[in-house]
Amino acid sequence: MLNSKVAIVTGASRGIGKEIALTLAESGANVVINYVGNQERAEEVARQIREMGREALVIQADVSDSKQVDNLISTALSHFGKVDILVNNAGITRDNLIMRMKEEDWDKVIATNLKSVFLLSKAISRPMMKQRYGRIINISSVVGVLGNPGQANYVAAKSGVIGLTKTLARELATRGITVNAVAPGYIETDMTTNLSEDVKSKLLDQIPLARLGTPKDVANVVKFLVSDQASYMTGQVLHVDGGMVM
Amino acid sequence: MADIFERVKKIIVDRLDVEEEKITMEASFKDDLGADSLDIVELVMELEDEFDMEIDDEDAEKISTVGDAVEYIKSHQ
Repeated sequence: MLNSKVAIVTGASRGIGKEIALTLAESGANVVINYVGNQERAEEVARQIREMGREALVIQADVSDSKQVDNLISTALSHFGKVDILVNNAGITRDNLIMRMKEEDWDKVIATNLKSVFLLSKAISRPMMKQRYGRIINISSVVGVLGNPGQANYVAAKSGVIGLTKTLARELATRGITVNAVAPGYIETDMTTNLSEDVKSKLLDQIPLARLGTPKDVANVVKFLVSDQASYMTGQVLHVDGGMVM
Repeated sequence: MADIFERVKKIIVDRLDVEEEKITMEASFKDDLGADSLDIVELVMELEDEFDMEIDDEDAEKISTVGDAVEYIKSHQ
């Protein structure tokens, strides 16, 4: 389905990003695996992709830094000759109630989760415009729509990602580039394993499908959005949250 | 100069799908040639490729007529 396409997935060494990278590769794409911290895990994802007979390229970059982002894009372009798909997935949390939230925790989360989407989209827009084709997927979050106590920084960033998605969709539509967002609910990843049992059971009460999602649930929707089957969709936010937002 | 103008003209004809005689040094990309802001960004990208040069975003914003583009290329080659 995605044969000979080239995809960049940020934050692809673990969690949802890893699953997206593997799922796109399963569908035929060659994948650039971006990571910032854990090279071993990134190389492991690359190994699994190569086992499928696809190409994988591992690139370390802090996606909140414009120089490193430019290097990421230019390295990917010089290796593969093109980039068809960009999945802005990298994200962090620094949770606290607003009165206790440190300015640096605000800045760090906004930079990693929101500014990164701006930097990567900006850097990729020129080559995608030239080729008259592109698929940009931004990973938002259910809390970007609903709000969530203790996550002012994360919620502001994820909400910002939705606004950015809609604006980029309008700016780039005439050039064959679609831009959509996926808003996961509570997904079983490192980001959610640390939640207490009490918090988890309260969460489940809010989820009509009464279970946490899996990274695969999210990756399957991303796979759909980057395929030709979704070529008439742009500026949308698809919720993958067991029915939390309706 | 004439050569630069001819090369620029060819790019504009291809990109904006306008008649050659409309393209004069005085013609404004937006008002006379029907380019929108994205078209102008793309024209600048193509001019960069054609003349193997980099045009700063700040300079690119000042290019509003065909003559501006030709003058810029001439003085930066």
